[in-house]
Amino acid sequence: MLRLPRLRFLIPDSARQAAAMAAEGGPTTMLVAGGTDLYPNLKRRQFATDTLVGLTHLRELHEVRGEASSGFEVGACVTLSAASRHHELHAGYAEAAGLVSSPPLRNAGTIGGNLCVDTRCNYYNQTQEWRQAAGYCLKKDGDICLVAPSSPRCWAVSSSDTAPMAIALGATVVLAGTDQERELPVSALYRDDGIDYLAKQAWEVITALRLPPADGLRTAYVKLRRRGSIDFPIAGCAVALRMEGDLVESARVVLSAVASHPLEVHAADQLLTGARLDDETIAAAAEAAAKPAKPLDNADLDYFWRKRMVRVVVEEALRKAAAR
Amino acid sequence: MAGLLNELDRPVDRRVLVLRVNGEDHQLLLPVHKTLLEVLREDLGLTGTKHGCELGECGTCTVLVAGEPQLSCLVLPVQLGGREVTTVEGLTAGSELTPLQRAFADLGAAQCGYCTPGMLLSATALLRSNPKPNATEIREALAGNLCRCTGYSKIVEAVELAASGRG
Amino acid sequence: MADLKVVGQPLPKADAAAKVIGAAVYADDIVLPRMLHSKLLRSPHPHARILSVDASAARRIPGVKGVLTGQDLPIRFGILPVSQDERALESEKVRYVGDPVAAVAAVDEETAAAAAEAIRVEYEVLEPVLSIEDALRQPGDERIHASRSLPANLHRLQSYEFGDLAAGWARAAHVREDLFFFQGNTHLPMEQHSAVGQWVDGRLTVWSSTQVVHYVHRALSKVLELPMNKIRVIGAAHGGGFGGKTDPFAHEIVVAKLAMVTGRPVKCTLTREEVFYAHRGRHPVLMWVKTGVDEEGRITAMHFRSALDGGAYGSYGAASVFYTGTLQTVTYDIPAYKFEGCRVFTNKPPCGPKRGHGTPQPRFALELHLEKLAEEIGMDAVELKRRNFMQPFTRAVNWLRVTSCGLEECAEKVLAASGYRTRERRPGRGQGFAISAYMSGAGTAIYWNGMPHSEVQLKLDRTGVTAYCGAMDIGQGSDAVIAQIVAEELGIQAADVRLVTADTDSTPIDLGSYSSRVTFMAGNAALEAARKMRALLDAAVDARAGVPFLEACELAETKWGALSTAGSYTPPRIGGPFKGSGVGPSPAYSYSAAVVDVDADARTGIVRVNKVWIAHDIGRAINPLLVIGQIEGSVYMALGEALMEEQTFRRQLGLHKWPSMLEYKSPTFVDTPEIESFLVETVDPEGPYGAKEAGQGPLLPVIPALNLAVHDALGVWIDETPVTPEKVLKALKDGRVGPKMFPAVPWPEPIIVEPPARDDMRVGAELEAAFPSA
Repeated sequence: MLRLPRLRFLIPDSARQAAAMAAEGGPTTMLVAGGTDLYPNLKRRQFATDTLVGLTHLRELHEVRGEASSGFEVGACVTLSAASRHHELHAGYAEAAGLVSSPPLRNAGTIGGNLCVDTRCNYYNQTQEWRQAAGYCLKKDGDICLVAPSSPRCWAVSSSDTAPMAIALGATVVLAGTDQERELPVSALYRDDGIDYLAKQAWEVITALRLPPADGLRTAYVKLRRRGSIDFPIAGCAVALRMEGDLVESARVVLSAVASHPLEVHAADQLLTGARLDDETIAAAAEAAAKPAKPLDNADLDYFWRKRMVRVVVEEALRKAAAR
Repeated sequence: MAGLLNELDRPVDRRVLVLRVNGEDHQLLLPVHKTLLEVLREDLGLTGTKHGCELGECGTCTVLVAGEPQLSCLVLPVQLGGREVTTVEGLTAGSELTPLQRAFADLGAAQCGYCTPGMLLSATALLRSNPKPNATEIREALAGNLCRCTGYSKIVEAVELAASGRG
Repeated sequence: MADLKVVGQPLPKADAAAKVIGAAVYADDIVLPRMLHSKLLRSPHPHARILSVDASAARRIPGVKGVLTGQDLPIRFGILPVSQDERALESEKVRYVGDPVAAVAAVDEETAAAAAEAIRVEYEVLEPVLSIEDALRQPGDERIHASRSLPANLHRLQSYEFGDLAAGWARAAHVREDLFFFQGNTHLPMEQHSAVGQWVDGRLTVWSSTQVVHYVHRALSKVLELPMNKIRVIGAAHGGGFGGKTDPFAHEIVVAKLAMVTGRPVKCTLTREEVFYAHRGRHPVLMWVKTGVDEEGRITAMHFRSALDGGAYGSYGAASVFYTGTLQTVTYDIPAYKFEGCRVFTNKPPCGPKRGHGTPQPRFALELHLEKLAEEIGMDAVELKRRNFMQPFTRAVNWLRVTSCGLEECAEKVLAASGYRTRERRPGRGQGFAISAYMSGAGTAIYWNGMPHSEVQLKLDRTGVTAYCGAMDIGQGSDAVIAQIVAEELGIQAADVRLVTADTDSTPIDLGSYSSRVTFMAGNAALEAARKMRALLDAAVDARAGVPFLEACELAETKWGALSTAGSYTPPRIGGPFKGSGVGPSPAYSYSAAVVDVDADARTGIVRVNKVWIAHDIGRAINPLLVIGQIEGSVYMALGEALMEEQTFRRQLGLHKWPSMLEYKSPTFVDTPEIESFLVETVDPEGPYGAKEAGQGPLLPVIPALNLAVHDALGVWIDETPVTPEKVLKALKDGRVGPKMFPAVPWPEPIIVEPPARDDMRVGAELEAAFPSA
């Protein structure tokens, strides 16, 4: 049986106290919500962690406040299942939450956790023994990237399904620090770095996700993965459109699993804005979106194929959103 | 990067926890890093809960937490907060099989039987929230539980039979 | 046999109730007082010499109770007598990443894992051999197994010629050659292998998740140098095998030795990653086939070559090579046939028998090859195949004896049900049709012995009847089959038959739950034992009708004391009069046909299976519920292999690319289509009540039918497995994806075998008398 390392488990009274505990613990202390991403990684010894600060017992983190017309504030510990079943959230967001992994995992995994899901690489998401045999990599214990050995950086892949949708919506997160809260656009939460992929302080606790008012936004998320369940995305596209008649008033297209961060493709947004959403526009937008996508040989299936599929998922997401 | 030996030097953070499992309270002194799966099998002797990967990838160790299917290999008891856990041993109130268990047995939905406890719990939760699921709904609800023996057909049929009330 | 009462009933498995309440005890569920936990230290290198092993640090860790290194278990073992090439713990060199080198027993798994990691092994790293092509060349550093007589890293080399090839080629109006590659894949049972050893008063007991208690028994006896009567092997409730638990394994030997050393029970349960290293899965096989047909599309000659990537050890490999060549002739009538096969060693986990053992690969090649041939000569492929179908009660050119054969009926069932002949023809939608045959148990034991292949004993007293059978119910439901046969003969219900199975102390010999042999062989043994018991019971009641069973039992015990009867089954000597004829003969062959319907997206390359129709000639379904279960499970496993499952390795590292349930893709509920099964009952003359096998044959036609459906949908050829979307797109660009050449193999001169007369059905002594020199 693969087991967790010995851990201390701290139970804070508030998000701020959690942040204080995490700050005090330093790099060997981590925050944990549902644990569905962290525990497997810990069992494979992907972190040198000896202390966890639990968040799921904080009741306020489980609440969904607000309404569609004014926008929802979704507590960070709301489970992915609950979010996916919430009929008034943006359809694309609920859709993305419902496409994460598998049903039992979604019953424990949280929306905050999914925003923070560790970047993935199949040289990295392996047991200690496997990584020893392969030779350790930049992201853990080594000094080269095994995917791109000449590269000075880590190319682990951002694999959140909900983050691209949150960015497309222009959502923000509420972060609790040790002595204050701050609000950060989800788009500013990520860095283009496979190791240091979150642009928040390690101890800052995501307490909620603030989604914008429904306000005519049409959203969709399309996920590509080998199997219809369990798998992480190997390409994905989140789209948020605002239409005026059959013209696009505004558009946000964000890709998952093609870079170390959710990839915003402003070129596609610009192309779509003001255009009629016909086949030609959709194809052009998809073409523009696919350009910056840079899948590498560190996830399932051939990376050339994944690159080609970006176009397909973007087109499908645009059509789906427009039809909503 | 040998770390396991160093880990043995760490103190064990133990807690007294009361776990409510299958309607019974168990007061246990547990290392916090022991997963619910390990506690059920090793501390409570409830070996009906199986394991196939311990990484949340196969669904074998599924149990119900407050009525919802969860992967017991990824649950720490310290995070349960008093929520009730149901394992395969807790499905049957007395000596009679539940209609779902009966249907699994009668239709050959359990071959090697190793994924069966997890399947039964996922299916039990489904039937509670959706008493008359169609085949697509059954397949989607159970899509986190892998089976290598059956090709899934008999499992779908068993859930349908149990739902029909004819079982 | 129209009045069968229990046989033919769709009854639940004998252990179904225990399994749905969580009461079945699998090996990892066993907890014994003072039990220790074991962990193996495995090699991080694919190929290396072991210079030193220092376990002193491990021994010093509090809680560590025993440490083993290669010195403690020097005796080699292996499943086949010709391949005694494994050690439980290697002391000289390691041959794949995951090869075990040391083991620890400690008070808990956490301590055991830390102690295993604390063992220092110094290696001299050698250049790994990682492909068939590399293995055929002289190695850079050294050969994987230095002592072998064949050159380079060749493990086995075969060449046979049956019938007049020259005449066959001369008669052919069309000849075609093709190359195919079948990727390796693994069993992925849901249960990770587990074993518990206990040593009490000079007697060893091992509980294991094995498919064959008898083979574990033999290996333990050999390696531990203990007589068989000091060892008891018990099959725990079984969490899935598919062939993956038919070899004796290092961890089974290690828990036994550690129990002997520590005096405490010891358990070892492999992690999922270790299960990928234990492997013994489907061989990657490169194949070349050349076939001639006459103007009517009848096969005149065939030449088949296979090269198997065997991994680091022999395992069943010597048999696997034969299986890639031998069963071609029992599906299609081939008047002249040449087979050349080789297996190489590579520095990867050892391959072995996975469901269909060595036959899915050539089946894949042959079904695609004949379809190509038909297209080339402008003939309907189904028609071409049908013209060559093997006929019942004929002898194949390589002497395999075919008795009952429902190929025609199977084909007709699936063709009609699927509407194959009138299917919609449009780009992106397709159907594929393929057939197959499989053995109902091997006709020859894997090690030479004169014992029956199966024995069943019945004990009867005032409490009723108990059947003792050595076969392991691995989930397929073999216990239910034994119970139904005994119940049928004794005129009672199956549930009234108590069963004791897979326990070397209390059950007689059975060669195990693999090779699709249990229903046929243990079933025949049970039938014989039950008929003897029925005669005794009839005598006890003086042939009075209507005496209740338990009353009759009491009368019998009163008369004679507790009764026991035994039945056994030894397959007739079916093999032809030539060396090497032992692999392939089976007392009966099952037949299957399948149609697979797909949507294949030309833009993405994604293939979606809509439905599978499959018909299986089961001879007779002793339990149709369980037969359908085997068919559906086979279809599922086949679709996984056809579409997504592959055991692949990091090229330079020789390291399994993704030893996890997440990245090794096993289809989920939502990836698996509706399966419609048809049973064809041909009532085989030798099977119990006419029954044949169901566990493996139905896997075989599905894989080629899938590729043929993709061809039907998009017009492309994907001459390898699995059909991934990237390959579909590549094939749309290039027309074909598949191997481009077959490497140069130093084939030996073929063994020339005179073919039998087509209607020569002689077996055993009769056959031997006709060929005294063989």
